Amino acid sequence: MSAEEKTPNKKPEKIGVYVCHCGSNIAGMVDVENVAKWAGEELAHKGVVIARDYKFMCSSLGQELIEKDIKEFGLDGVVVAACSPHLHEKTFRTATEKAGLNPYMCELVSIREQVSWVHTDKAAATEKSKAILSGGVHRVLFDEPLQEMKVPINPNTLVVGGGIAGIQAALEIANAGFHVYLVEREPSIGGHMAQFDKTFPTLDCSACILTPRMVEAGTHPNITLLTWSEVESVSGYVGNFNITIRKKARYVNEELCTGCAVCIEKCPKKIIDDVYEAGLGYRKVVYTPFAQAVPKYPVIDRENCTYFQKGTCKACEKFCPTDAIDFEQQDELFNVEVGNIILATGYDLFDARKVTNYGYGRLANVFNSLEFERLSNAAGPTNGNIVLRDGKTTPKTVGIIHCVGSRDRNFNNYCSTICCMQSLKFAHLVKERTGAEVYEFYIDMRTAAKAYDEFYQRVLEEGTLMVRGKVAEVTDAARQPHEEGKLIIQVEDTFAGKQRRIPVDMVILSNGMEPRSDAKETAKKFGISCSADSWFIEKHPKLDPVSTMTEGVMIAGCASGPKDIPTSVAQGAAAAARVLDKILQKEVALEPIRATVDEEKCSGCRICNNLCPFNAISFVDDLAVTRINPALCQGCGTCVAACPAGAISGTGFSNEQILAQIDGLLMVA
Amino acid sequence: MSKPKFAMYWAASCGGCEIAVLNTHETILDVDANFDVVFWPVAMDAKYQDVEAMEDKSILLTLWNGGIRTEENEHLAHLLRRKSQILVAFGSCATEGCIPGLANLSSVDDIFATAYHTVSTVNPDNIHPQPVFRVPEGELTIPAMKPVLKTLAQVVDVDYYMPGCPPESHQIAAVINLVIQVLQGKAELPPKGAVIGAGNSTVCDECKRKRDVKHITAFHRIQEVAPLDPELCILEQGVPCNGPATRSGCNARCPSVGAQCIGCYGPAEGVLDYGARLITSFASVIDATEPAEIERILDGIPDPTGQFYRFNLADSLLRASTKAWKK
Repeated sequence: MSAEEKTPNKKPEKIGVYVCHCGSNIAGMVDVENVAKWAGEELAHKGVVIARDYKFMCSSLGQELIEKDIKEFGLDGVVVAACSPHLHEKTFRTATEKAGLNPYMCELVSIREQVSWVHTDKAAATEKSKAILSGGVHRVLFDEPLQEMKVPINPNTLVVGGGIAGIQAALEIANAGFHVYLVEREPSIGGHMAQFDKTFPTLDCSACILTPRMVEAGTHPNITLLTWSEVESVSGYVGNFNITIRKKARYVNEELCTGCAVCIEKCPKKIIDDVYEAGLGYRKVVYTPFAQAVPKYPVIDRENCTYFQKGTCKACEKFCPTDAIDFEQQDELFNVEVGNIILATGYDLFDARKVTNYGYGRLANVFNSLEFERLSNAAGPTNGNIVLRDGKTTPKTVGIIHCVGSRDRNFNNYCSTICCMQSLKFAHLVKERTGAEVYEFYIDMRTAAKAYDEFYQRVLEEGTLMVRGKVAEVTDAARQPHEEGKLIIQVEDTFAGKQRRIPVDMVILSNGMEPRSDAKETAKKFGISCSADSWFIEKHPKLDPVSTMTEGVMIAGCASGPKDIPTSVAQGAAAAARVLDKILQKEVALEPIRATVDEEKCSGCRICNNLCPFNAISFVDDLAVTRINPALCQGCGTCVAACPAGAISGTGFSNEQILAQIDGLLMVA
Repeated sequence: MSKPKFAMYWAASCGGCEIAVLNTHETILDVDANFDVVFWPVAMDAKYQDVEAMEDKSILLTLWNGGIRTEENEHLAHLLRRKSQILVAFGSCATEGCIPGLANLSSVDDIFATAYHTVSTVNPDNIHPQPVFRVPEGELTIPAMKPVLKTLAQVVDVDYYMPGCPPESHQIAAVINLVIQVLQGKAELPPKGAVIGAGNSTVCDECKRKRDVKHITAFHRIQEVAPLDPELCILEQGVPCNGPATRSGCNARCPSVGAQCIGCYGPAEGVLDYGARLITSFASVIDATEPAEIERILDGIPDPTGQFYRFNLADSLLRASTKAWKK
């Protein structure tokens, strides 16, 4: 039976009420026994025939209690007062179903998140629990048995972001035999990891471990690699998403290009590379970000190309041996159908300019962390020579400042987690390459992962000088003769208990991570949520860190918060496992909570027509009525609220149910 | 056989409903032919005592127009309820409060102060009406104002509701004909509590204008948009037309002559709060994402209560203090 063909339903007459202690989580602030006793007496006229309290309702014994009562008392409605429905609604509905009652005849009301965790007055909290419970009992009287709808799952997957997390996720799924569309907005996959020289704590060469993965992803028969591309729009739902992708014009025909790089060599114009080289090096206008780029096809930077700006040049076209240059190429929009999505959109580097007292952008020899990565990279602009901004002078003293933009009330409260280890790596590299004296200025040293603290010990043994204190200022204003021509770091040394001024030749700012500047738009596009900081929110921070509240949309890597490489890789693999689990189930059960239109009442005003985030609404011109596709509808309720005629109702959230719940709440309040 | 008895009463309202009944032209003669009009203060002389003397349930049909604003209104509502078999809340004031209901935004004292003591009133003797006034001959009384205006159904049990400000004459004629047919055994009465003399959809259903997906970037008052496109949906032209939320039955009278619907036929079937419905639906089609931009667009509706609750305030979920409503 679908929600549409509902049989006349009689109201539940025998309701069971179950009040959970949740150990002391609820019982510590709510007199749960009193609440259960009260429900048994005061709600008996509403049909409550049994009311119990139990230590852990979600335990198997708690669930069995419900099942037993359903059978024994012939319950036709169940109300559980426990935690948030996000957590255990499914648990209790499954138990209800096991006992032969339709699972949607079970209501879970929250007296933990909404009561015990947010109140400090036990008597008042107990009264509030009664009100919330009463709302649930009043509501269950208007609940109707609903059936889930099964729809097949499209086995293809969209992975957004070609950094290490996205590459890992794509490879896991592709290796399992399913197709992946890997979308990356830069010309090459690789992400931030491709910019690093060494990785902590093992000091492997970043490129050496990353590029084989990039090549594998680029050549895998199950991966369609879409670089220089962005997701334009998303519609549909778990199992059946429709994705519109914009493939930006490269002005290079990928079918003809062999990646010989003659065009790059012959291009007469060089510009500063702000992205890959972090502004330290140059690139041509036709370019690949780096030598090992995947794919190998270059991109013409239209903004800076002499031909596009002035109408002449075309050197690349003249020299291309395969006629692959195509100045007429246009952006291409196309659709792909996928069943699941993994968002691995990564992070932005905190802009160190914002911390004006550290002088980045004003004092030449203050570098940010990405600049240092490029400086120390053997394939970087200085071939790995660590030198000052003049390009030749080797520094004799270097100061590395931690927590730039992180753990700072003025910028971001959170810890970026990787900066301590990154800074220790910098110290090691500076020592190794220049023999300079290195100072680390830190607040707390956070080296909490496998082999991290050992690395810290090693850097200490190498003679790096540690100063515990937050740097107040970096300045070039000398007060003493020995400070002349140096950068002076003003800091309170909290161990020595005094202010110090330490002159150095070079300052490296270990700036932290920030959410992508367009994270909020991305979240909206994919129908997921962002935290106040703009990191993507996990379904559960501990138990479901790669899922989101939107079915079929997973997250991996730094998109949900700062992470190191091993964690990002693990998350990519975990998100892939989640997707494979869904693919292998072959079909997905859609919750029967969805909207329906009463065509008799619909006047065809078309207010709702443009509102559906899942494109489930269509307008039937000749009848002048609106219809909702039940397979596409996710029951979000947007159209239900918008319908001025009250012609759209939401199954499971009918006016009767909501008003009854309010009546129930107010009965006690 | 004596004819069944008919009554009509005018409480807190403007009198337009009475005129609409007369405007049914010759149908009014059918009323006279089929009914014995026993009480209709606007049309014939009658005393309250005459009604009080009638047997309970002796009046077959009473059309009540107007809200319950005074003790007198309240007394008559209870009286006519007792005497009538079928009590119809007739017109917007009786069904949902209408314009007099907007006074629920102010206290009785404020209403009197505005009416008798502001510059708009010439009141050289500073007269302020009192429910009881002593004169040498004795005590004079006038009905006291209630703290709020209530709809008929908020005071007594109502059998049918007939919306409209006023109800369209063709709808009144149709209802009168239906009752006559029922009397002749040719038709049946609708279930108790039904809305009669109106449609089951909204004004858009009867509106001939072309409708499309809506993207509102500004709201204008109708006089600011000249000329209005005669073919296109008025709301899509940025004039806040209440048609999408308003019950059908008037043949889209206002939109068909180039004026926006102001909502006199009240909410559609099953809608709990007319204004809330309208607010969520307008909000849904505002084409902006920036808070400042949304604010600018909404500033185009300078009087939200008048826009969204012009006819429905007394019957809406928005009510004055519980105390006032309990009195």
